[in-house]
Amino acid sequence: MITFILNHKLIQTDSHPGTTLLDFIRYGENLPGTKIGCREGDCGACTVLEGTLERNKVTYKSIISCLTPLGNAHGKHIVSIEGINMKELSPVQEAMVDHAATQCGFCTPGFVMSLTAHSLSDEKSTKEKAIAAISGNICRCTGYKSIEKAAESISEILKVKDINDPIQWMVENKFLPEYFLEIGTKLSQIEVTNVQPVNAKIIGGGTDLMVQRPEQIAESDINLFYNRSDLKGIKKNKYTIIIGSAANASEMMKSPIMQEYFPKIKPHFKLISSEPIRNMGTIAGNFVNASPIGDLSIFFLALNANIILKESNNTRKIPLKDFFLDYKKLNLNTGEYIESVIIPVPDEKSVFNFEKVSKRTHLDIASVNSAIQLKLNDDIIEDCSVSAGGVSAIPKYLSKTSDYLKGKKITNGTILKANEILQEEIAPISDVRGTEDYKRLLLRQLFFAHFIKLCPKSISLNELLS
Amino acid sequence: MKNIDSKNHVTGKSVYVDDIPVQTGTLHGAVFGSPKAHGKIINLNLSEAEKLEGIEGIFTFKDIPGRNQIGGIIEDEPLFAEHEVHFLGQPVAFVVAENETIARKALKLIKIEIEEWEVITDPREAQKKGHLLIPPRTFKMGNVADEWAKCDFIFEGKVESGGQEHLYIETQGSYAYPMDNGSIKIHSSTQGATLVQKMAARILGVPMHRVEVDVARLGGGFGGKEDQATPYACMAALASYILQKPVKLSLHRLDDMQMTGKRHPYSSDFKIGLSKDYKIVAFQAKMYQNGGAANDLSPAITERTLFHSTNAYYIPNTEVIVYSCKTNLPPNTAYRGFGAPQGMFVIESAIAKAACELNVSKRMIQEKNFIKENDLFQYGQIAENVNINNCYQTADQTYHIDQIEKEIEEFNSKNTNSKKGMAVMPICFGISFTKTPMNQARALVHIYQDGSLGISTGAVEMGQAVNTKMIQVAAKVFSIKTERIKIESTNTTRVANTSPTAASSGADLNGNALRIACENLLERLKQTASKMLLCNVSEVSIENEIVLKNGKKTDILWEQLIETAFLDRIALTENGHYATPVIHFDKTKETGHPFAYHVYGTAVVTVTLDCIRGTYEFDDVKIVHDFGNSMNSIIDNGQVEGALMQGIGWVTMEELAFAKDGKLLSSSLTTYKVPDIYSAPKNVEITALKTEGPELALLRSKAVGEPPFMYGIGAYFALIKAIKAFNSNYKIDFDAPLTPEKVLMRLYQK
Repeated sequence: MITFILNHKLIQTDSHPGTTLLDFIRYGENLPGTKIGCREGDCGACTVLEGTLERNKVTYKSIISCLTPLGNAHGKHIVSIEGINMKELSPVQEAMVDHAATQCGFCTPGFVMSLTAHSLSDEKSTKEKAIAAISGNICRCTGYKSIEKAAESISEILKVKDINDPIQWMVENKFLPEYFLEIGTKLSQIEVTNVQPVNAKIIGGGTDLMVQRPEQIAESDINLFYNRSDLKGIKKNKYTIIIGSAANASEMMKSPIMQEYFPKIKPHFKLISSEPIRNMGTIAGNFVNASPIGDLSIFFLALNANIILKESNNTRKIPLKDFFLDYKKLNLNTGEYIESVIIPVPDEKSVFNFEKVSKRTHLDIASVNSAIQLKLNDDIIEDCSVSAGGVSAIPKYLSKTSDYLKGKKITNGTILKANEILQEEIAPISDVRGTEDYKRLLLRQLFFAHFIKLCPKSISLNELLS
Repeated sequence: MKNIDSKNHVTGKSVYVDDIPVQTGTLHGAVFGSPKAHGKIINLNLSEAEKLEGIEGIFTFKDIPGRNQIGGIIEDEPLFAEHEVHFLGQPVAFVVAENETIARKALKLIKIEIEEWEVITDPREAQKKGHLLIPPRTFKMGNVADEWAKCDFIFEGKVESGGQEHLYIETQGSYAYPMDNGSIKIHSSTQGATLVQKMAARILGVPMHRVEVDVARLGGGFGGKEDQATPYACMAALASYILQKPVKLSLHRLDDMQMTGKRHPYSSDFKIGLSKDYKIVAFQAKMYQNGGAANDLSPAITERTLFHSTNAYYIPNTEVIVYSCKTNLPPNTAYRGFGAPQGMFVIESAIAKAACELNVSKRMIQEKNFIKENDLFQYGQIAENVNINNCYQTADQTYHIDQIEKEIEEFNSKNTNSKKGMAVMPICFGISFTKTPMNQARALVHIYQDGSLGISTGAVEMGQAVNTKMIQVAAKVFSIKTERIKIESTNTTRVANTSPTAASSGADLNGNALRIACENLLERLKQTASKMLLCNVSEVSIENEIVLKNGKKTDILWEQLIETAFLDRIALTENGHYATPVIHFDKTKETGHPFAYHVYGTAVVTVTLDCIRGTYEFDDVKIVHDFGNSMNSIIDNGQVEGALMQGIGWVTMEELAFAKDGKLLSSSLTTYKVPDIYSAPKNVEITALKTEGPELALLRSKAVGEPPFMYGIGAYFALIKAIKAFNSNYKIDFDAPLTPEKVLMRLYQK
C-alpha cells in the first residue's frame, strides 16, 4: 500500500509503485493541471512539489512527476497546482500574470510549481536562484523574458521571507493555502517503512530508468531506494568524505562539506541537468546507468572515488574507475548495489575543475565533459587525475594522461604534450552529440580550459595555440 | 489588457484536449507508424495485436468508409498507408483499446513486412532524380542574365538551413464521440477547425454537417497544427464513428516528433551582383526545398519563400526558383514564417558574403538597398507605406549602432578567449494568406438579454491572445466593459468555413469580421435608443455603457438599452463577414497585389562567443518594430519576444538529424534542444516605430505573429562575425543551425 498526501487529501493506493506519479495525479485523481509534455523530464510541464518530513519539519522541493515512480511518493506530501490554488492568486501566480509570462499556458503550471518550490526554500532568495528553479521548465511561446521578470519580482517579494519557518511565512503571505500548516502532523502519522521486494530492479530517483523503460518498470517488481534514509547523507571523517548512494545532486550542492572542499560545486553542478532533476537523481544511479557521458561519473572519477558495493552482508570496496568495464557493462554482481561513495579529502594544495559542453548549456547531455584534480606545488604538478566523458565506451579515467602530468612543471609545452597522450587514450565515435573530430577537438579545448582556469598565470589560450 | 486566459493558465484550470473530462467508456488510441521510410507493404499482420485483452479495434485504410485522403492543397496524402509507405512513421494503423497502455502494447505486436525502396532525404538528390512535389516556380523581375555584365562585383555561394521541430508543449491530440443522427463531435488541438471537419467528413463519407469540430485552445501551434492536427483528429473520428464509442488520442512526444512534419530544410545556391557603390544590381537563387513525402502546405510555403526572397531590399533584377522536392521525410509543413525565413536567410547570406569579400560592413550594403516608397516588389506589388528605412534609422538613433560596433571592436582587441559579434537584421513581411480566397472570416455575436455578450469567431486561441484582441474589438465598438464579453470556443457549427488561424492574420480577419458584426448590432441598438430618446439615430452614441444624445449623457444604460431592444423584437444576434479588399494574385504571371500590407522592423543582435569551448551567449537584441498602432502592446511585445527566441533557436541549437534510412535521430527532447531560459538573450529591447498603422490592419494594429521570427536570423550573422574575429582563416559559410559543434570547428578551421 502506497500512502501519501496529495494536496490536502490522504491517498492510500494499491497501484503499482512503478507507474508514474504523473499518471496517478492526472488520470487517477483527475487533477489535469499537471501537464504532459515529454515524459522524459526534459520540459518541466509536469513539475510538482514533494514535501518530506524530517526532524519535525516539512521541506519541499520540485520534482518531475513523469519520472517519479509512484512508490517514491510514499510518506510524502505531493502538491500539484490544484493544491496551491486559493480564492485569490498567490504572489507567484500573480507575478506570472502581471508580467505576461504566460501565453498558451500549457507550460505555465510547471513554472508556477517550480517558482513555488523556490519560494518554499529555506535559503534567501535571489534572482539567480529563482531562475535556477525554473531551469527545468521549457516554454515555447514567451521567449522567457517575461518569465524572467516574473521570477525577479517574486524574488523581490521573498526578500523579507522568514527562512527559519518558510511554510508559516508562506501561508501568512498567501503563497499557500492554510492546510499546509497541518501537513507535518499528518505526515508523521504515515508509517514510513515499507516492505520492499529484494532482488528486484533497483530504482532511485527514476531520472534514467523512467526515461529508458517506463513500461517495464510499471509492471515488474522494483526495489525503491529513493527514500532509504540509511543510504543518504554526506559525512566526513579525517581522510575521507562519504556520500550515501541515494544522495542526490542537490544534496551534494548544498552540503557544507562539499562546498568547503569544492567551492565551485554550485556552478559546476548547475551544468548538470536541471534543478528538479538534481532534486531526484542519485549519485549511484548516475554511476550505475553507466552512460559514457554521465556527469557525476566524470566528476567523481577525477576525485579518485571509491565505491562500496554491498550484497546482503558482504561488502567490497573498489575504485570507481574499475567499476566501468565496457559500454554499459559494470563490475557489479547480481544482487549487489552501491552503498556509498568515498572520496579522499582533498588536501590544501589540491585544485579541481569540471568542464562540460553540450548543444544547450543547461539541461542537456554533454557532447564532451571532463574533470581534473591537480595537486600543485608552485608550478609543479605533484598529483593529477583527469577524466573525460563522451570520448569512449565508458566514463573514462585518463590514466596515461594523468600519469604523464605527475611531477611535471606546468608549461604550455607540458599541456600540449599531455594532449597528445590524451588524444591517444580516447576513441570517440560520431553520433547525435557530435562527430568524432568535434569530440577530439572539444576535449582538447576542455583540457586546455582546465589549465587556463586553474593556472591562469602560466597557461593561456594564445600560447597554447601559437 | 492582459491575455484573458492568464488567471486560468496560472492556476492550471485552462482546459486543453487531454483535460476534457471523458465520458464513461472512453477508449484510447495509439498510432502504428511505418518502421521504414520507403517501400511496398508486403504484409500487415494484426492478429497478435488483436488478441490482446482490452483491444477494441485496429483500423487501417480498409476500414475507411469514405475516401482515404487528407491532402489539402493537392490530394496526395492518405490517412493510412495502403500499399506503399513514403516516410518513417507514416500512419499505417490505429489501435483502439480500453486504455492507452494496452493500445501501446498492441503496437509492438503488429507485424509489418516491407519491401524496402531507395530512401531519399536530400532535396538536391530528389530534384536530380525528378522527384518534385509540384513543378518548380520562379519569380522574376528585370533581366538577370543581361545585368551580370554590368555588375562590378559578383559573388556566389551555397546556403543551408535546417528544419525545425515545432515543439508545441501540448502534443497532437483529439477526442471524438458519436452524436445523434450519425453525427460526430471532435475536440481537436487544431489551428484549422474547418480543415479537420472537411477531412473527417471525407474519411467518414458523410456531409460536413455531420461533423462538429470544437477547439477550446491549443498548448502551442506555431503552424504545426495547421494541417497536421488533421490526421490525428480523423483517426479518433473514424474509430469513434465505427465503434460508436468515445475515442481519445494524445500522441506521445516521441511519436509526435517522428511522425509529424516540420519546418522545411532548404539548400540553396545564390549569385549576387553589385555595382561599385554597393547597390545590388542582380540576385539569382536556386532553392531546393525539402518537402517530405507529400505536399501538405509545401506549395504555399514555396510561394512565400519566393515572395520574401529579397527581404527588405529593392533589387531591380531578380530571378529566384524554388524546387519543392519530394523526399522520404514526414511531409514538412507550416512553421511560423512559412518559408520566408528560409528565403530571407539566403539573401542575407548573399549580402554577408559580398560584405566579407569586399571587406565592407554588411549593414552598409543593407542600408543602401532598402526598398523605398513606390519601388516594385518582385511580384509586382507597389511598395506603399514602407517603413524599413524608418525602422533602421530609428534603431540607429535609439541604440547607436556605431557605438555598439566600437565597443565590440574594443572588446575583441582586449580579449583573446572570447569575442563578440554584431549583426543588423531588417525584416519585411507581407500580411495576408497568399491564396486570396483564404482571406475571409466570419464572427457570430450574441447579445443576451442581460447585456452580456457571447462571441464566436473562426480564430483559434493558441497563446497569441487572439481572444483577448477579439474582446478589445467588441468592447471598443460598443464602448462597454470587457467583463461583459465572453469568447466562445472555436466551433464549426457556430462559425463555418473558416480559414486556419495562420499567416499572422487571425486577428486581422476574424477581428474585422467581428468589428462588422458589432457595428451592425450597434446601428440597430442606436435605432432603439433613438426611439427611446425620440431623436435621430445620428444624434445617438454609446460611451462607457451610457447612451449619449448629442454627446450628452442620458439615463439610458447598456442593460436597459438591450432589454428594450429585445422587447422591441430587435435581432440581438449578428453574423459579420469580412473579406480583405484590394488583394489579388495571378499565379500564371506570378504578379499581383497579394498582401494587404507589409510589416517592417530592424533588430541589432550581439553575441559573446567563448572561443575556448565554442559556446555562446546573446547579449542584446535591440529591436525597432513596426506594430502599426498596436492595440495591445503587452501581447504584441510578447509575440516579438517569443518569435525572436524561436528564430534564434532555429539558427543556433535546434538541429534535426535524420539517418540515411529516414529515421529521425533527434526524436526526443533529450536530443532535440530548444532554447531554455538560459539561452534567452540577456537583454531584449523593443521600441515601437511610431506610425498610424494601415487601414487594413485590425484597428490599425499590424499582424505580429510571424515577422519577428526573422529577427532571429541576425543571431547567425552576429556569430560568424565573432568567429571571424577569432579566426581570420575562417571562410564564412552559411549552414544553419550554427551549433556549438559547428562553431568550434570553425573557430579552429585552418
